Amino acid sequence: MALLEVRDLRVVFQRRGTEPFSAVDGVSFDVNPGQTVGLVGESGCGKSVTSLAIMGLLPARGNKVTGSVKFEGTDLLTLSNREMRDRRGRDLGMVFQDPLSSLNPVIPIGLQVTEVLERHRDMPRKKAMVEAAELLDKVGIPDPTRRLSEYPHQLSGGMRQRALIAIALACRPRLLIADEPTTALDVTIQAQILALLKELVQDTGTALIMITHDLGVVAGLCDEVNVLYGGRVVERAERHQLFAEPRHPYTHGLLASIPRLDAARGEKLVPIKGSVADNIPWDSACAFAPRCPNALDVCRQVTPALEDEDRRSLRCHNPVLPGTPAAQEVPA
Amino acid sequence: MTTLLNRKKRRIDDLAESAGTSLAADALKRMSRSPVAIIGGIIVSLFVLLAIVAPFITPKDPYKRYPELLEHSTAEFVPGPMPGFILGSDEMGRDFFSRLLVGAQQSLIVGVGATLIGLVLGMIIGGAAGAFGGWVDSWLMRFTDIMLSIPSLLLAISIAALASRGSQTTVIIAVAVTTVPIFARLLRGAMLAQRHSDHVLAATALGVKRRTIVFRHMLPNSLGPVIVQSTLTLATSIIEAASLSFLGLGDPNPDRAEWGLMLGIAQSRIDIKPELAFYPAIAIIIVALGFTLLGESLREALDPKNRR
Repeated sequence: MALLEVRDLRVVFQRRGTEPFSAVDGVSFDVNPGQTVGLVGESGCGKSVTSLAIMGLLPARGNKVTGSVKFEGTDLLTLSNREMRDRRGRDLGMVFQDPLSSLNPVIPIGLQVTEVLERHRDMPRKKAMVEAAELLDKVGIPDPTRRLSEYPHQLSGGMRQRALIAIALACRPRLLIADEPTTALDVTIQAQILALLKELVQDTGTALIMITHDLGVVAGLCDEVNVLYGGRVVERAERHQLFAEPRHPYTHGLLASIPRLDAARGEKLVPIKGSVADNIPWDSACAFAPRCPNALDVCRQVTPALEDEDRRSLRCHNPVLPGTPAAQEVPA
Repeated sequence: MTTLLNRKKRRIDDLAESAGTSLAADALKRMSRSPVAIIGGIIVSLFVLLAIVAPFITPKDPYKRYPELLEHSTAEFVPGPMPGFILGSDEMGRDFFSRLLVGAQQSLIVGVGATLIGLVLGMIIGGAAGAFGGWVDSWLMRFTDIMLSIPSLLLAISIAALASRGSQTTVIIAVAVTTVPIFARLLRGAMLAQRHSDHVLAATALGVKRRTIVFRHMLPNSLGPVIVQSTLTLATSIIEAASLSFLGLGDPNPDRAEWGLMLGIAQSRIDIKPELAFYPAIAIIIVALGFTLLGESLREALDPKNRR
């Protein structure tokens, strides 16, 4: 049995007087113990909402979450607020995008690390402080005892994200969700943080859901990748398969739009034309059809189903043929 | 109660032994470099010092009617400065200078008392509204809206007039009530902003208890504007208390040396000895200015946009 089984997860935002909006539209995926799963897509594709729904952190009003999120067999969506609070931080950890705003500016780092230890592991403050110093040391923060008494604004961006990872992993959760943990950091720090995450995940056996729009992050870290578009999974494959042979035109376009060092001089970057439409017409067509270079008539009339084939899944009527080079695929 | 105190103490210890500079320490450091803050600080500390020591340093008894002053007083004349009496007599033959000094104490008691009561009530209302949200928030805020819709002086006058006999306590309460809605609004707004902040979401994602989230993560981050407002409110409540006394809604005892009351009584003699009105008025203005300068510079120091 998988550690986390997300089945047909739907998040519908509904405000009075407006049309309901499906931010996440029937997403299903599994995470096995120790596995790293990527959720990839551009802004607004529903990847962050998916993670908030798993953690039960969506606002209480204005949205409807359906489907199931089974964590070790228990459906997290049916748990009460109190039960969910006991699990957050202990079984499920989360690292957010902006390390500065994710730390409380008025209390020292130490208190923010010990807080979760006191809460879930019933440690007395003194013992928790010792443990906190060890945790900071483990995530590569030099001079951890001194850092414990410092405030967030005194740490560098990379240090802050390391501290947040230490906090998230303090109670050794079995699942860690990282929501774009490197987006706010510069590239060298980004590489360090990713290496740290990879190392910690391997050492502790924690499963990781990596949410990102950066395929470079996916390439370095994830075992399996789910590509989301308009709130649905459009392609799921193992990392090597996905990069070697993207089948969905969207995935293909994403890969083609990455600048490459080995590209020929004067070669232009290939963007995906258009932008994510506000209303997602998955009901009666493929949502990507208006932007898709491969679109056929059937794409605008019939919703494609997610079909499994050979350990990968694909939602497309007219997938990209293996071996198609990017430049010819998407006309400029 | 003891556990609460212990927890408070522990928190203070945590802060004290920390090597890092907190936001508060940072703000203090910035204030010490601002001339406006220094001027305001000097005025306020002199005022507080004066209020504390006034009863001991008055050259004469501020409540006694001195025969040597009375013998010169007529319907058309109030004695000016004379030996032993720096500013001469007031309209009842008492030492005007001593009464001015003692008046500082009255103003401080009323200003601090009213601000503290208003602050505590306002923080309870605003804190509850911000922490619970939903219908609690709606009801509490409609209540403060009603209070805010009445001009504050009018509200204070109505409350003071409710008391059968004016006293210092009724003045403090009347002024305190008018400051409640401002504190409540400010804290509620700041708390609501904190509710949707990333670090509160992050704390929630760690399973931190709601009480801890409110008291450790939301409240301390919301206090800045409230602290600034209380300094400014000290100024307005001193003025407002003086206004109530001036209008005769305070303690009617003519012995009481209170700047507002002195100003009110001086009206009848303003053509004979205008200083009787001038000095209390100047005192009120200087003190109010001091608190306002301090408050403004505090606001600037606590503004995250000004952080360097």
